[in-house]
Amino acid sequence: MTARLARLRGPNNEGLLLAVIVLVVIAMSLASPAFFTAGTFFALVRSSMVPLIFALGVLLVLISGGVDVSFPAIAIFAAYTTVTLFMDGSGGTALVIFAVAMLIGAGLGMLNGVVIARFRLPTLIVTLGTQGIFKGVLIAYIGSAYISAGDLPSAITEASDRHLVDVAGGGYLHFLIVPVVVIVLLVAAMLKWTVFGRSIYAIGGDTEAARRVGIRVVRTQVWLYMLVGALAAFGGVVYVILGKNANPQSLVGTELDIIAAVVLGGASIFGGRGSVGGTVLGVVLVQLINNNLVLVGIPSTWQRAAVGVLLLLGVSIQAFAATRGRSRPVAVQKEVAA
Amino acid sequence: MTVTATPVLEVRDIVKTYGGVHALDGVSLSLAPGEVHCLAGENGSGKSTLIKIISGVERADSGAITIDGTTHGHLTPNEAIRSGVQVIYQDFSLFPNLSAAENIAMLSELAERRVLSSRSRIRAAAQRVVDDLGLSLDLDAEVERLSVADRQLIAICRALVNDAKVLIMDEPTTALTYSEVQRLFVIVRRLQQRGVAIVFVSHKLDEVLAISQRLTVLRNGRVVESGDASGYTRRAVSKAMTGRDVSETRLVNDVAPDAPQLLEVEHLSRAGGFDDVSFALRAGEILGITGLLGSGRSEIAEAVFGINPADSGRILVQGKPRRIASIHDAVDAGIGYVPEDRLTQGLFLDIPIAENMVAASLDAYRTRFGLLDRRRIRRSIADLFGRLRIQAPNSSAVVRSLSGGNAQRVVLAKWLDRKPAILLLNGPTVGVDVGSKEEIVTILREQAAAGMGIVVISDDIPELVSCCHRILIIHDGHVVAELAGDDIDADEIQRRMAA
Ligand SMILES: Nc1ncnc2c1ncn2[C@@H]1O[C@H](COP(=O)(O)OP(=O)(O)OP(=O)(O)O)[C@@H](O)[C@H]1O
Ligand SMILES: [Mg+2]
Repeated sequence: MTARLARLRGPNNEGLLLAVIVLVVIAMSLASPAFFTAGTFFALVRSSMVPLIFALGVLLVLISGGVDVSFPAIAIFAAYTTVTLFMDGSGGTALVIFAVAMLIGAGLGMLNGVVIARFRLPTLIVTLGTQGIFKGVLIAYIGSAYISAGDLPSAITEASDRHLVDVAGGGYLHFLIVPVVVIVLLVAAMLKWTVFGRSIYAIGGDTEAARRVGIRVVRTQVWLYMLVGALAAFGGVVYVILGKNANPQSLVGTELDIIAAVVLGGASIFGGRGSVGGTVLGVVLVQLINNNLVLVGIPSTWQRAAVGVLLLLGVSIQAFAATRGRSRPVAVQKEVAA
Repeated sequence: MTVTATPVLEVRDIVKTYGGVHALDGVSLSLAPGEVHCLAGENGSGKSTLIKIISGVERADSGAITIDGTTHGHLTPNEAIRSGVQVIYQDFSLFPNLSAAENIAMLSELAERRVLSSRSRIRAAAQRVVDDLGLSLDLDAEVERLSVADRQLIAICRALVNDAKVLIMDEPTTALTYSEVQRLFVIVRRLQQRGVAIVFVSHKLDEVLAISQRLTVLRNGRVVESGDASGYTRRAVSKAMTGRDVSETRLVNDVAPDAPQLLEVEHLSRAGGFDDVSFALRAGEILGITGLLGSGRSEIAEAVFGINPADSGRILVQGKPRRIASIHDAVDAGIGYVPEDRLTQGLFLDIPIAENMVAASLDAYRTRFGLLDRRRIRRSIADLFGRLRIQAPNSSAVVRSLSGGNAQRVVLAKWLDRKPAILLLNGPTVGVDVGSKEEIVTILREQAAAGMGIVVISDDIPELVSCCHRILIIHDGHVVAELAGDDIDADEIQRRMAA
């Protein structure tokens, strides 16, 4: 019985999270008839897309035993720079724009990776520093102006209006959900089925032990931060497309919410643990609450508090699960088995 | 066996210093294929440091390493692995967050430079080694949730999963039972026949002499002796290591006839652990509890200390029945416990020795105003540091930089500082060199002579014989024999343990 319950709960409490989401959905549906509609659902999907991409990057870094707070700065740096490059109608399909932005993001990520891996500095401090640098350089050298829909490259404005599904009453499912889902699946596959992915878990579990079994820790970390930078840039471009504007002052400041969602999704702040499934659920839960508390009549001022309470709950469950698992096996039986 | 083949591994004039301390001072060593070469030396003599240099984990200040004819100034762990060097590290170096199977197979996945990782392939590889060793391990369990003994077995499996040319084992048997050690030795001999060169480090000298052909002794980072192992006795090895004669003879002080009963355990039982265990301990007495690992010997101590309380039975402390349902109850009753797994349960590795020593007894240093009495703390620290002869630059060095034996003395100091009436020690000298072992036993004798009641749980029979007034032998959770006085004899204990 308890074994089955444990299995339902999943290795990182994913099952529990799913149950909470279902409960919240039921509660909100009861509280407001306007809630349980396709429109609300599509809006939830839409508002989850950018946080989800960012969350994947945060997840990867957390698993490797670090904390990254520079991803919003990388995202807006890469997206804004790319937009200004293609602004004066100099062509560029959406694909090219994504590719260029992701290259820029990977470059900035590499900077993080090299400093962290080579000099073995604490990741939080390094990324706090680079966050400031990226934002400063963006505003000082690239541009500080708000770019509105009219001035955006045409490829971006066209992408903004591409819907996959439209529903009566104004709701729609944006086509960018397709690449977002593909990326989510790719990251999940990478973590599960590639030696690179497993090495990230190993480094997060014990960096010195990872070195000793022959993982090239420096190289792996540099690749990891490049990947995370590229993911952030992708999220940045999606953000610009969905918002139909490019503002160099945006995004920076949202990092803690994303980290909270990932930790809620079962990733450990001490490294070595976390899953894509849990991360998706964590992001969805936070967005569900952010989007819909108002709908059920709770003032928006309570949103932050609600997310805070959720986070505390999530971390407590993790801590509880950690102590529960450590009961000792029965010694005498072991000898009989041997 | 005389080996004339060209050495598979040769290290020359290795020097390694840590902030001015010479951990290794010009060490040379050569390994022939198919030989088991024992590296012996006191705690802190540089064995692990030499091993880490051979495996590329640490970089030597100077010196050269030749593997299979190729000379390296310094190696990376990768190069060492690819040249065929496999190491079982003293601290295991496992990933707590990954499954046992993945811990075992990860190294070979990496060595084969794979891109994709396959769960079934990993499981099959791990299963193969586990079967080969005849073990029953839960391969899907996360290593974090496994016992120390299981972790050590996993570390061994990992080193065997790849075909190595050189296999280095840094104290691979500290947590293993007698039968597991025997199985390991079978594998070692098989590898030897295949021409694998093996370096074996252990403080259990009987194991060393049973398995090795050659012996190199380090002292203070230098090779002091090297030769054919068959020319050595236990005594000669101890002497080479320490530079003095180490006494392992039995020496027990008489217990005063009117010494009070400190601890009486009556019909203690715990499901799945032990059944109907009774014994008593008087002030000034050292009681040994022994048995194979898994016999229940540790569980009895853990019940008396309230870690995993007993289901039934009675515990009397100084004549009064006490309910011991938690560690707190035990400490209140004046019981102290030095755990088995000192590195995870006993010490804070990254804080200084001094703070570790008083960590468990801060309450006793409270002044009238609830503040800490710094002066008294300093005095205690200085006293313990000297009394236990801890070898460290000073008491503000962090515990992680100590060798195994000295770390163990810090654990002991921590519990002695609480001045318990009754002290339980579980494997007090695991991983401790013969010289330090003698000193620790001497400290225990002194404590007992001063009126403390001491229980030593151990499978180190010579050590028990040398200091215990009485010895209980546990088998399958039952006390099968109690030996006292002249009946205490190493062979007899060995026979009863296995029976
Ligand atoms: N990272 C380090 N920093 C500082 N000193 C160190 C470090 N590692 C080892 N030492 C010192 O180097 C010396 C040799 O240590 P080493 O671990 O090689 O001893 P050992 O022979 O393996 O001992 P043991 O039998 O206790 O395992 C010791 O004095 C130790 O304190
Ligand atoms: Mg060592």
